[in-house]
Amino acid sequence: MTPRLELRGISKSYPGVLANDDISLSVLPGEIHAVLGENGAGKSTLMKIIYGATPADAGQIYCDGKAVPEHGPAVSRELGIEMVYQHFALFESITVVENIALSMPGKMDLKGLALRIREVSERYGLPIDPDRLVLSLSVGERQRVEIVRCLLRQPKLLILDEPTSVLTPQAVRKLFETLRQLSDEGCSILYISHKLDEVRELCHSATVLRGGKVTGETDPRQATSAELARMMVGKDLPEMMVEPSELSHMPLLSVNNLNLAPETVTGTSLKAVSLEVFGGEIVGIAGVSGNGQGELAAAISGEKITSAAEDIVLEGRPIGHLNAGRRRDLGLGFVPEERLGRGAVPPYELSENALLTAHRLGMVKHGMANRRKARDFAADVIEKYNVKASGPSAKAHGLSGGNLQKFIMGREIELSPKVLLVSQPTWGVDVGAAAYVRQTLIDLSRSGQAVIVISEELEELFEICDRLYVICNGELTPSLNRADTNVEEVGLLMTGTGSKPAAPDVQTESVRYAV
Amino acid sequence: MLFKIEARAEPSREMAIAAPLIATGLTVVISSLFFLSLGYNPFVTLYTFFIEPLTTMNGISEWLLKASPLILIACGLAIGFRANVWNIGAEGQLIMGAVAATGVGLFAPWQESPLLLPSMVIAGMLAGIAWAAIPAFLKDRMNTNEILVTLMLTYVAALVLSYLVHGPWRDPEGFNFPQTALLPYNGMFEVFDYSYRLNTSIFFTGIVVAVTWLFTERSFMGYKMSVGGVAPAAAKFAGFNASASIWIGLLASGAAAGLAGMMEAAGPLGQLSPQISPGYGFAAIIVAFIGRLNAFGIVLGGLLLSLLYLGGETVQMSLGLPSSIALIFQGMLLFFLLASNFLINFRIRKTAVRAH
Repeated sequence: MTPRLELRGISKSYPGVLANDDISLSVLPGEIHAVLGENGAGKSTLMKIIYGATPADAGQIYCDGKAVPEHGPAVSRELGIEMVYQHFALFESITVVENIALSMPGKMDLKGLALRIREVSERYGLPIDPDRLVLSLSVGERQRVEIVRCLLRQPKLLILDEPTSVLTPQAVRKLFETLRQLSDEGCSILYISHKLDEVRELCHSATVLRGGKVTGETDPRQATSAELARMMVGKDLPEMMVEPSELSHMPLLSVNNLNLAPETVTGTSLKAVSLEVFGGEIVGIAGVSGNGQGELAAAISGEKITSAAEDIVLEGRPIGHLNAGRRRDLGLGFVPEERLGRGAVPPYELSENALLTAHRLGMVKHGMANRRKARDFAADVIEKYNVKASGPSAKAHGLSGGNLQKFIMGREIELSPKVLLVSQPTWGVDVGAAAYVRQTLIDLSRSGQAVIVISEELEELFEICDRLYVICNGELTPSLNRADTNVEEVGLLMTGTGSKPAAPDVQTESVRYAV
Repeated sequence: MLFKIEARAEPSREMAIAAPLIATGLTVVISSLFFLSLGYNPFVTLYTFFIEPLTTMNGISEWLLKASPLILIACGLAIGFRANVWNIGAEGQLIMGAVAATGVGLFAPWQESPLLLPSMVIAGMLAGIAWAAIPAFLKDRMNTNEILVTLMLTYVAALVLSYLVHGPWRDPEGFNFPQTALLPYNGMFEVFDYSYRLNTSIFFTGIVVAVTWLFTERSFMGYKMSVGGVAPAAAKFAGFNASASIWIGLLASGAAAGLAGMMEAAGPLGQLSPQISPGYGFAAIIVAFIGRLNAFGIVLGGLLLSLLYLGGETVQMSLGLPSSIALIFQGMLLFFLLASNFLINFRIRKTAVRAH
């Protein structure tokens, strides 16, 4: 069979990085082909080259056996290559059909197009109302619009970039059904992901990238997750060591009936949120993004100060009226999801970033900052937490996501907090560093501290947490013991349908989009 | 051939040094063409602009005399600017400092005391602080825009000055000119030499430069304020107090501007008149940015701007260049200076053309 798409020796370099190094792969008609790799492995660059958004420095692209000499997005469309980006390109203030009409060739015929949208979306199990404003759609629904937009052009090759990062487990299953149906009809699919389980479930073949090179081609249905991970990371991942925990008698942190109005129109308000965390445990907060996680993190950390002191209690002491600095003095540590610009000052050296919160460890005397102490502290954190950096004078924005995360986490842990709140601990962090970060959190909790992890990755929460709360639309469910629950139950709670009879059609997603 | 602008991973150290040289080079080339097209010899004109003012002792005295208030005010402004506190009204704070200092100098009962000058220094600084406290209070409590409030208060200050010198403070023996009586001897700074106007107030500027450097580069408060300016979310994350930044940023610049106003009144002018400042408060904003908000950079920036003022006057007097041409030349240099700073954080790359 002639491959639908064949790449031969594709190379692309940016100043200082070789993003793609002599990459070859081929995709057969109807094949679902995974491109696996960590952040920074070169997946996105490769997809942009295939779609024609970026020219390759060297190598050839063949489509249905014919060489593509001058590539570009327009050429791609003629060839039947369509792409769904990780970040959607939709105009919020107009309707679905108007958005799609913008990318259709020829004369605009909204009525006819709406009809076709309905037809295509029903055929592929992606129900969507063409007359709704994009503004009112959930993230999952927006993704459907993007996919339908591609399907209307009857693609021969569909590229999906990390499509499941915004979906609940139920919605993921629904999407996979659609993709399998497409593949049965002969459409090839390039599926970019770093989630091993999904790739093993869905894909027929996989190309693994590491550092811009192909490090393996395999049938993911036959391979184990550990084998795939080894190809991605280049070494075996450490096993998580989770010891049984011993809980403190009293909760170290409790949030009592916290109500919080959103700061922006599109924000989520917190409604009567209550939670308790004991020393010695990791408590997870699951939820689809934009359901109040950011607001909850800011309220607990003290970046946003709540009205009543008693709303948040640390070791029996009301702290709801204190700012983040005062809360940190009392033993509440926080690692935010934005590392650059919030957890660290991007253009500052690591030693200067050490001062940001660790100044309370005697780095300030008579109002003057003691730079030598800050340097020594930064050097200690770099060594102790395996941060790959040239030294304390490396700039924060020069570090990779994983290394900066290790630095920030190390800095906060060195303040010996009693309670550590971590938001999205492994976002944009490579697999190796993520394993390290998770193990650090487990070790911290097992030494008697309380840890709260807010994450959108269910797998991660199930791996490290002792208990789970689910946040949906600003409301928190009662806590679930990890041992007594499963991904299925949590997934339903994430969509706010948990208590009702399960409605597998995820039309009911009451997800809000965070801006 | 196409060009592409890219952000640099790290600010370039070479460019930080090269940028002012590139700017100077561009200014010399383009202004030469400009002077040539107007029929002036570019070499003579540039010499008259940059070198001739500094060939006499009087020229050097005037150079430092004009640079001093610019540097002083810019240092105060830089403290606020680093924390994203935009005091645009240093001119108004300068005027109020001059008014208060002159008021003390003329009407304080201790006219003969050697403490007259120190009390004028304090009065000038307090007046500048008080004038800057208004926008600080409004921003802290009501989140008003300090750019607007400080700017508007400049006009109020100018009117207060105008009222005083036309009305109650007018010198009865001043032939009806709108100006106050001359300050007493004890209320004036000592000049270094009676032939020149440069006076001992320049030591205050030196001290302020050193204190500014210490505060911005070494103190923890300065660090906290810079974090608030570079990454506001990080300041919030660390729990740094935003209103402290607002107050310190505005009051420090108010004190510096008030002191500068006092130094003008008790220095070269010796009295109040409606034209107390040729726009030092506004020019200092440019100085602060030419100096990249760094105390030593500001010293260089102040010296440069002062030289541009002198050079502008010199070319008018000795070559008969219209004053607007001198202004165009000044604008050109400042434009190139600030524009070439862009090269520190960005680079321009050639990219090949691709046919589509």
